[in-house]
Amino acid sequence: MKSFFRGQIIVVGNNIDTDQIYPGHFLALTDPKEIASHCLAGVDETIAENFPKNGLVVAGKNFGCGSSREHAPIALINMGASAIIADSFARIFYRNSINLGMPLIVCKGISQRVADGQNLSVDIKTGTVTIEETGEIMHGENLSNQAMKILEAGGIKPLMKARMAKLRVQPIDSKN
Amino acid sequence: MHAIEKILAKNSGRKEVHAGEIVTAKVDFAEINDLYLQTVYSFYEMGGEKVWDNERCAFVFDHYAPTPDIKSAQNHKEMREFAKKNYLKYHFDTNCGVCHQVMPEAGLAYPGMILVATDSHTTTHGAFGAFGTGVGATDMASILLTGELWFRVPEVIEVRLDGTTSQGVYPKDVILTVLGKLKADGAVYKAIDFTGSYVDQLNVAGRMTICNMAVEMGAKTAYMQPNQDVLDYVNARAVRPFEVQYSDPDFEYEESHQFDVSIIGPTLSCPDSVDNVATLSDVVSQGDVEVDQGYVGSCTGGRTEDIAEAARILKGHRIPKYKKLIVVPASAEVMEECMEKGYMKDLILAGATIATPGCGACLGAHQGILAAGEVCISSTNRNFPGRMGSTEAKIYLASPATVAASILAGKITDPREVVEVGQ
Ligand code: SF4
Repeated sequence: MKSFFRGQIIVVGNNIDTDQIYPGHFLALTDPKEIASHCLAGVDETIAENFPKNGLVVAGKNFGCGSSREHAPIALINMGASAIIADSFARIFYRNSINLGMPLIVCKGISQRVADGQNLSVDIKTGTVTIEETGEIMHGENLSNQAMKILEAGGIKPLMKARMAKLRVQPIDSKN
Repeated sequence: MHAIEKILAKNSGRKEVHAGEIVTAKVDFAEINDLYLQTVYSFYEMGGEKVWDNERCAFVFDHYAPTPDIKSAQNHKEMREFAKKNYLKYHFDTNCGVCHQVMPEAGLAYPGMILVATDSHTTTHGAFGAFGTGVGATDMASILLTGELWFRVPEVIEVRLDGTTSQGVYPKDVILTVLGKLKADGAVYKAIDFTGSYVDQLNVAGRMTICNMAVEMGAKTAYMQPNQDVLDYVNARAVRPFEVQYSDPDFEYEESHQFDVSIIGPTLSCPDSVDNVATLSDVVSQGDVEVDQGYVGSCTGGRTEDIAEAARILKGHRIPKYKKLIVVPASAEVMEECMEKGYMKDLILAGATIATPGCGACLGAHQGILAAGEVCISSTNRNFPGRMGSTEAKIYLASPATVAASILAGKITDPREVVEVGQ
């Protein structure tokens, strides 16, 4: 698994909920590219089209609060965000992102230290975040073993796929 | 141990579990709503063929009930095909209602169980002494494959609610007050146990309203010790035998917050975040707040008790010209009951627009979407920008009584004033 990321950032505020990451009226879409084109539309509709290559998203407190929609991390991943660094994350969003193989770093105070367009380097193994313009180094939290295991497998899907193949679980057929 | 820990311990085959541990627990029921066709895709991507148990999972078509466009119709069609192929015993199509209302009505939410759904408001089932939690599509697909899911055992926060509310004050006002204090990230990753004399005597509907909104503080799950009202409800409906869990008397909460509900008045969550809470009197003391639309509905504010309050206030009156009131019963059962009791007629005569049971405009999909610049007062649970339509619309959250009083007056109004006028 890639554990080192470097890229230009966009910065969003506190309590950015899943409606702002991915507005409800686009929820019927299923194509990841189409989904990505509306990423963060509730904050600013022009973010998705202008998102820098290999870019990173920096957010304030409680990023991803609100609904359990997986469209939110799907949109971010397919927009090209390689990782998200935030003061804190909401629970379901956190699980969904890790499940889909997108690294999240909890780094308290980060949103106050950076500005749009700056560049960050992030080491997800150590939780180290370096602001390239200022040279400042911040220490984020380490990911849990469970989260690391899932990320290392490339997300929960490959992990489950391997498990299913190994177990050859015989599902219960109709009981009706 | 706390009752929540006992539920997790029982379902993961352990004697004891404690906060912070990761456990893999059996899921008693898994529910997928119609926003989550991705679950089906993830299921096949992971090599799934048939679901682990066709009596323990179901689809609920509520967000697009009935379908507003071709895309959502296609999603429903694919989900129906999956349900048929797996011979799912339970299926809730577009004629049923909001998932969190439909589950207990169908006897699928009961004390001591783990209920996981692809919806954040699954915390609602704490009202029944169940462990209810929301997940995304891919976690749900893992459950459909294996019947289990990993959980981090949450720390438990106590929110103690004592006293009796005064007239014109409802469970919605109570939970908004709590939210205003704990804030939108006050319980992230944690469980909230609502205790105290107010909760002990609270009916099923009020309990559901409060547990529903625990997730607005980030909570993973909510809990209330079942009372007689709950037991009567589940005894009449539960599809399986169940066991009520009780916390040990020596259990220590991570934090405890106390509220005296007798001093709470009508309360609002103001635009644009749920925890932007103020008392109604403070808001109106700064000037009139005109409203264009009232909305009574959703999994937190669309039950018979909620619609009854709106009908009581509006009966014999007519909402002003150019104002809209949308009423969306949380389920077909709720609608039927409201029809029998005459509430629907009262509301129609008062000028309300009645929409099909389901989520309606709560998440901005259809049936009452807001235009830029419009102001809505709503009994729902979220007011983020764009939640009910345009990002430039404003949403105030309030009790159904406050919604009714406000749309009748055309501006945010204390329901107690209208009741007095009406009497
Ligand atoms: S009624 Fe609203 S909050 Fe409840 S499940 Fe539906 S969209 Fe979500």
